[in-house]
Amino acid sequence: MLKGKVWRFGEDVDTDAIIPARYLNTSDPAELAKHCMEDADPSFAGVVQAGDIIVAGKNFGCGSSREHAPIAIKEAGVSCVIAKSFARIFFRNSINIGLPILECEAAAQALEQGDEVEVDLDTGVIRNLTRGGEYKAAPFPEFMQELIAAGGLIAYTRRKVSSNA
Amino acid sequence: MGMTVTEKILARHAGLEQVEPGQLINAKVDIVLGNDITAPVAIKEFEKLGVNRVFDRDRVVLVPDHFTPNKDIKSAEQAKLLRDFAKRHELTNYFEVGRMGIEHCLLPEQGLALPGFVMVGADSHTCTYGAVGAFATGVGSTDMAAAMATGEAWFKVPESIKFVINGKLQPWVSGKDLILYLIGKIGVDGALYCSMEFAGEAIANLSMDSRLTMANMAIEAGAKNGIFPVDEITHQYLKGRAKWDYQPEYSDSDAIYKEVFEIDAADIDPQVAFPHLPENARAVGNAGEVHIDQVVIGSCTNGRMEDLRAAASVLKGRTVHPGVRAIVIPGTQEIYKQAMQEGLFDIFIDAGAVVSTPTCGPCLGGHMGILAQGERCISTTNRNFVGRMGDPRSEVYLSNPAVAAASAVAGRIISPEELGVKEAAVNA
Ligand code: SF4
Repeated sequence: MLKGKVWRFGEDVDTDAIIPARYLNTSDPAELAKHCMEDADPSFAGVVQAGDIIVAGKNFGCGSSREHAPIAIKEAGVSCVIAKSFARIFFRNSINIGLPILECEAAAQALEQGDEVEVDLDTGVIRNLTRGGEYKAAPFPEFMQELIAAGGLIAYTRRKVSSNA
Repeated sequence: MGMTVTEKILARHAGLEQVEPGQLINAKVDIVLGNDITAPVAIKEFEKLGVNRVFDRDRVVLVPDHFTPNKDIKSAEQAKLLRDFAKRHELTNYFEVGRMGIEHCLLPEQGLALPGFVMVGADSHTCTYGAVGAFATGVGSTDMAAAMATGEAWFKVPESIKFVINGKLQPWVSGKDLILYLIGKIGVDGALYCSMEFAGEAIANLSMDSRLTMANMAIEAGAKNGIFPVDEITHQYLKGRAKWDYQPEYSDSDAIYKEVFEIDAADIDPQVAFPHLPENARAVGNAGEVHIDQVVIGSCTNGRMEDLRAAASVLKGRTVHPGVRAIVIPGTQEIYKQAMQEGLFDIFIDAGAVVSTPTCGPCLGGHMGILAQGERCISTTNRNFVGRMGDPRSEVYLSNPAVAAASAVAGRIISPEELGVKEAAVNA
């Protein structure tokens, strides 16, 4: 069960806003986290608390394939991202590195900045503890659940290559 | 049941007779690509896998193109990771500075992108290779690591949207204008998770350089891939380049599409996409009075011969406006040399533009032309997001190379026509 405060962002939040390319001369997660969401909200990285939740509109994470984007979000302490929809590379990157993401239009619309929210990743149920309301995100297909349960693509692949050997 | 070209390529690589949209498959990949930003993360992840070899040393392609020639110590270290990995695994397709280019200009030129291939790259513009009839899509670094080890990747089979462009192109309209127009029509998530398939008379007559430009920007509509029919133009382009034999696939006549758009090319003017999304496209005639500080002509979208020739045909005998910095960046060493031999550099330099060695450079705000607060740039690149080329308060406008060149002369966004230049044949 995840619990945290909501940070609201708009629609089409791109990966340049999540982690600007001027910081991509490193892949150190701690360095990247310092600049997380900088071009959308320069104060975010300094004040976000462990467990907090990003809520956004459609097409979150559009733009580049940089895995640095979900890495920066995860390393900044964000426990999950809820959006109306995700750009596809961001979606697969998040699954692959184990950043929980939930596609839920109703929650993306209703949740407000600062709301205290509880998320059950097993059932996809999102509860607003501040103002009430309960929403259900679309469940992941079985294969993706397997990937997540294995601990991401690397752990999953390691198992596969060692059983082939 | 009929299949689209994308479905057929994926089915063949998954060892299946038939696939349908939404199906999750594991497919063999023909090429795995990474660059100096994404490959370092992939290499770290690869080392966690406990395998000591890549699946095929001819099919893992590494191109240090983003921050190269190294712009600072940190990027030098990133590039070194690639170089060391390439050496350790004896990769045959590692492209060092001096032999490299922007990855999506370089791979087709080197004959590494082929019809019927499945190609994954840890770079979102990997979709460029759909121009030659490959299924090519951007993935992340972890995907790249797994694919380097296994030669496979997981995919959700996308639904396909067909764009039929009929008729003939207007003067100064190129692939860039077609794709900006389409993105303007459907939006930056208009093809989310889908395949964009191009067809029609205007597409059949489109040059390979313009096809590469269009496929390049499929991702800007959220698409998984963009794909063109393989035809005589494709085979001509690949003659003498293709590194392997290839097997094209074609859409069945009864293939199922999520949507079909029919568009008349006569309705499409040269386009300009306003800040801060590629979907903010409008005809250049409706741009209004937009003064600019910088012009960039280059990138994986428009850094090829056709693009440089178009820009040169506008700049010939003219000079860049005193308030403007014009930066021309040929996409690869081969393009650089060809442009030089054709005398294009004389035209650029006489006009007062700078010519750079191949690099992504300013396209992603890396180096070689970063914008200060409040500055405006018209650029032939593919993204105009907030802060993409520098300060978050700067602005990027996207256009084709001829419009960018005309704007460089005028100091504001205008069409070559307004400048009084007639279009000459520049197709590569
Ligand atoms: S030129 Fe720009 S869009 Fe193309 S690969 Fe380089 S940074 Fe990416």
